[in-house]
Amino acid sequence: MSYEPLERVVRQEWGRLIGLLLARYRRLDLVEDALGDAVEAAARAWPVEGAPKDPAAWLNRAASRRVLDRLRAEAMQQRRVALLVTEAQRSQERAGTMADTGNLVEDDLLRLILMCTHPALKPEAASALALRLVLGVSTYDVARLFLVPEPTMAARITRAKKKIIAAGIPFAIPGADVLPQRLEAVAQTAYLAFTAGYAPGSGNNLLRTDLAGEAVRLVRVVLQKCPTEPVLVTLLALLLLQHSRRDARLGTEGGLVLLADQDRSQWHREEIDEALDLLDTLNGPLDLSAMAARYLIQARIAAEHATAAEAGDTRWDRIVAHYDLLLQLSASPAAGLARAVAVAEAEGPEAGLAALDGLSMPGSHRPAAVRAELLVRTGRIDQAQASYVEAIALCRNEAELEYLKKRAVEIGITLPPEDSTAQQLPQDDPSRNGQNR
Amino acid sequence: MKHYMFLIAYQPGDLSAASEEARAAFFEQHGAFSAFVAEHGKELASAALDDVETATTVRHVNGEIVVSDGPFAQTSEIIGGYYQVELPDLDTAIAAVRLLPPSYSLEIRPISTIT
Repeated sequence: MSYEPLERVVRQEWGRLIGLLLARYRRLDLVEDALGDAVEAAARAWPVEGAPKDPAAWLNRAASRRVLDRLRAEAMQQRRVALLVTEAQRSQERAGTMADTGNLVEDDLLRLILMCTHPALKPEAASALALRLVLGVSTYDVARLFLVPEPTMAARITRAKKKIIAAGIPFAIPGADVLPQRLEAVAQTAYLAFTAGYAPGSGNNLLRTDLAGEAVRLVRVVLQKCPTEPVLVTLLALLLLQHSRRDARLGTEGGLVLLADQDRSQWHREEIDEALDLLDTLNGPLDLSAMAARYLIQARIAAEHATAAEAGDTRWDRIVAHYDLLLQLSASPAAGLARAVAVAEAEGPEAGLAALDGLSMPGSHRPAAVRAELLVRTGRIDQAQASYVEAIALCRNEAELEYLKKRAVEIGITLPPEDSTAQQLPQDDPSRNGQNR
Repeated sequence: MKHYMFLIAYQPGDLSAASEEARAAFFEQHGAFSAFVAEHGKELASAALDDVETATTVRHVNGEIVVSDGPFAQTSEIIGGYYQVELPDLDTAIAAVRLLPPSYSLEIRPISTIT
């Protein structure tokens, strides 16, 4: 599928088409394949005959024909009168389904999103399913995003679809009493996909951040349906601010570039501006859920970075205040660590070290890495050595490990040999080098 | 309509240790649940199960039947009862079990049709 008009319509209309087909046929097991077949047919026909005037309608008709073929075949198999029975069953089922009591306009795309992100599904499965069904991201790309082999991801998506059918997860908009909670589940699903794209892993990191951008698209789609939902507004702002830095994050050799060292001219300004506008709509007294409040504060922290012209202009005092609020809302070691870093920037390394006291993140190299850096800044190189050794021993992330070692060497710290195998191998053994890359 | 089994897990002793008031609330909650199910579907069967001390587990081990005292799994929560219902979908099922006493944990299982 490399015919541009087709690619465009698939990208823009996939979820809406799935929603339409599901609303008409209520057969999750058939509609995705049917639409996939229709896209394949289009890939053969359109480059020859030219794209139709209304490409989405063409795909809808072609996919509907496929579903109807399958339904007829099934009905024949069961020796039933084709379609009459299914039609009767469907109207009966529809009559039995709970009426929508929310204030929302009837909308098949929103139904689809809510079905894919139902809390009865495992979060990773929901996330994958939403990317696949709502946005039409290929199973291959979804697998790459979540760092699993394609067959594993295909099986995960199939299991999720089976659960939807077997458990009776409805294709419906829930009542107003449950809807806010369900929109939070949508937000969590999108956030999970986004962070997966930024999680360190092997393979092409640039491509994976591109896929993280699909999570931004998912939030936009839902936000169009519920434009004032705070949890979605705050999440979109947060994601845009983080995503705006994607091009500056990776150095020429693929290594991670720290925030302070990033070339800020590479940040996507239009995304930052959009996020700041979104945050502006949330000034004044707010009645936010805990989740929306957390997203809002995190977004405000990201906005402090985004609006500093140079790293040196960062208002660390305000960032510390944001972290204080975040910790009040929900104490987490990760936020505590980030606060300690901010305190060190605002008030100096000694204050930062004091803020680190009592912080416990078992198994993580990060507290030790931060402590090491702050000790260096106070001039206590001898004490920093132990922290570097600890951080390097715990670090499981290739890019960060590389950075820690480089930094330790810069400062003149001697690191102990990594392990016994390392000592036995000659230094220039190419196979070992290969494994390290 | 879909068929579901609602398995009720609870902490043993919950009901016997409850005050008169708590018991009344308990029955009221079951009543509200049954009314909701009747409105949206059908209640097919229900039962409270006897204490877990009276349970007997039967397994096949190396081709032999092994009978032992106790439930499947030793957990602090035990299966104390069930409802078998007919309801339109999972959201309605969740709305129904929300009406049951908050001390319960509930497992919703669709009943499969063997073909």
